[in-house]
Amino acid sequence: MQRIGVFVCWCGSNIAGTVDVVAVAEALKKEPGVVFSTDYQYMCSQAGQDLIVSSVKEHNLTGLVICSCSPRMHEATFRKTAQVAGLNPYMVEIANIREQCSWVHKDMPIGTEKAIILGKAAVAKVNLNAPLTPGESPVTKRALVIGGGIAGIQTALDIADAGFPVDIVEKKPTIGGKMAQLDKTFPTLDCAACILTPKMVDVAQHENIRIFSYSEVTDVKGFIGNFDVTIKKNARFVNEDICTGCGDCVTKCPQKKVPNEFNLGMDNRSAIYIPFAQAVPKVATIDPAHCTMLKTGKCGVCSKVCKANAIDYTQKDEFITERYGAIVVATGFDPISMDKFDEFAYNQSKDVITSLEFERLTNAAGPTAGKLLRPSDGEHPHKIVFVQCVGSRCDSCAEKGKEYCSKICCMYTAKHAMLTRDKYPDTEVYVFYIDVRTPGKNFDEFYRRAVEEYDVHYIKGMVGKITPEGKKLMVRASDLLDGKQLNIDADLVVLATAIEPDKSARSLATMLTASMDTNDFFTEAHPKLRPVESPTAGVFLSGTCQGPKDIPETVSQAGAAASKVIGLLAKDKLKGNPCVASSDELMCNGCSSCEKVCPYGAITYENKEFRMPDRTTRVRRVASVNPAVCQGCGCCTVTCPSGAMDLRGFMNEQIMAEVDAICK
Amino acid sequence: MNKKYLREDIIRMSGVNPKKCMRCGKCSGTCPAYDEMEYHPHQFVSMVESGDIEPLLESDSLYRCLTCFACVERCPRGVEPAKLIEAVRLTAIRRQGANRLTPNDIPAMLDDEIPQQALVSAFRKYTK
Repeated sequence: MQRIGVFVCWCGSNIAGTVDVVAVAEALKKEPGVVFSTDYQYMCSQAGQDLIVSSVKEHNLTGLVICSCSPRMHEATFRKTAQVAGLNPYMVEIANIREQCSWVHKDMPIGTEKAIILGKAAVAKVNLNAPLTPGESPVTKRALVIGGGIAGIQTALDIADAGFPVDIVEKKPTIGGKMAQLDKTFPTLDCAACILTPKMVDVAQHENIRIFSYSEVTDVKGFIGNFDVTIKKNARFVNEDICTGCGDCVTKCPQKKVPNEFNLGMDNRSAIYIPFAQAVPKVATIDPAHCTMLKTGKCGVCSKVCKANAIDYTQKDEFITERYGAIVVATGFDPISMDKFDEFAYNQSKDVITSLEFERLTNAAGPTAGKLLRPSDGEHPHKIVFVQCVGSRCDSCAEKGKEYCSKICCMYTAKHAMLTRDKYPDTEVYVFYIDVRTPGKNFDEFYRRAVEEYDVHYIKGMVGKITPEGKKLMVRASDLLDGKQLNIDADLVVLATAIEPDKSARSLATMLTASMDTNDFFTEAHPKLRPVESPTAGVFLSGTCQGPKDIPETVSQAGAAASKVIGLLAKDKLKGNPCVASSDELMCNGCSSCEKVCPYGAITYENKEFRMPDRTTRVRRVASVNPAVCQGCGCCTVTCPSGAMDLRGFMNEQIMAEVDAICK
Repeated sequence: MNKKYLREDIIRMSGVNPKKCMRCGKCSGTCPAYDEMEYHPHQFVSMVESGDIEPLLESDSLYRCLTCFACVERCPRGVEPAKLIEAVRLTAIRRQGANRLTPNDIPAMLDDEIPQQALVSAFRKYTK
């Protein structure tokens, strides 16, 4: 039999205002197992904790019930107090009489009655509590960063600088991501390449960083501290170690009609290519879909011109398995497809472009060498219309676009409009907006500068229809403030398209058992207090894979994720949560139900030999739980049809005892 | 009619929730009959939402809407302004003697070019 102490907290007037705490303490004295019961104004204060410790010693208590606020608030506090008093920390139960009682009731007698019932339930549970000890697991001191954009680069650099080895896996042939495609960055207008490429070089030269470019993660097993990750290195048909990146093969390749994805298909590249001059690693890659040699076996020009003998047409995809202590997801974003937005004529006219295409058109390294020219005829545009919120802020029932605000469009549109007017004073620039959202340091000043100093016409209203007519684009839109419908004969239309998470994110989330929201953004462990951690232990989030954000925010989140990873990798052993599921192998019928519902992949089945009563042995398939992976959610225990699965600290028996105590 | 009751009636009849509107004006930006109208599609939505419906009932704008549904198709919030205009129009012509079209008007309007379906449709739209 336990010797239980009950401690009822007033929480100032938070609890005592609606609950008669003295009556609660008095009533709980009569419960089985309770040998001591008292109340105190602030149980979490030092004096309150001292009261608990001295009572444990004085009354020789073996279990504690604290009637106070939510266990989310102070369970950890009181577990530490129990430890100080020499008890196992898991011999403490919290009866939540604040959030679930005093705060939701106005009537003192009702509140008091409910508090007593909640206290009784906790007492019934503590009677069945058993001491629990968390297990320990080792930590592999190596991190994996998935995605090599600015988020991945910054996270990798920060972790590597702290002395831990980091691998970056990037599916494209080069790291750099979307930022490498940008021209200038708001609100300071520094050139994206000038600030990004030195970081890319740092990554390449860092002794603690390895880059797996043109590679993908294909499998993740294991748990925090010990993830076994399979990385598929796609065959690039060029030996990375000896290619010097001289580019001779690229100039000599006879197949030059491949749409260049780096310039969003606005010009062509050759079948063997280096995405851009500052690529890291600066290594050529053969595109097998377009290489004549790989398709027909007749060509081999690149192999002949390569002085380093780096071309290898027989190269195969390679699979590497590596163990990591932590994984950072930095898979980034893509602009959404414009296929469903016929009204903007994106598929009808080459002169209707997305903002990312506009970035390439104004970039000195882009298809037009930085001159703003119409993609259709290469002429200089005079009237340019920018449309904001294209595909953002759409209602779900509109069946196209995204419900969220893409956050970066207002600022980059202001940047585009300003730079256009600055470089080409002969242009007329219109921006159609619904709201201009500029919350950020120096953001609104930047937008006002576009209007006041650069004469950009900001018009409140949305573009309804764009019709190509001859060389012009007829833009029909409303001007809500002037109460007019406008018809503008534009030369170029730029759509500020919504952004969405990269398509690879969903399959990756499944592999990592990390949760996502309905828009496929990774969810945080807590939206405010744990914003860079995934609910899955050991998985961290960096950049736009978690939600739309601009470069400064991405970089700060990347640093935050890195610091969390460093904190994890700095430990030699990890203490687990002892409240994990365990299976009674004698009762398990091997049905696999628990394995299917487990969101963390903690349950596996194995064939085990059992001695039967007649002294024969039988092999049975039974569930086994990996306590390091199990998060104690309890899905398996409610699914198990034979009642073999049980959650330590929340045994079925304990829950039933609580229910009985409430219903008594 | 009571102002509040009128607003609720129109919302119920149209099945439109004007609160979903984010005031972007894409409906009016796309409307081919914009210049013919005194009140424009986005104003129908905001005026119904605020209960300011009497001016809409009096306005000729009701009969200038082509019911082409461009606004319904393109509204990013799925508000469906044309359905709302339709409901206001029905409210107007359901008033005693407020039919917009009577069979007697037809002979004067007849034209070989007009398909019969247009006449049927006009009766459905403009007559109680």
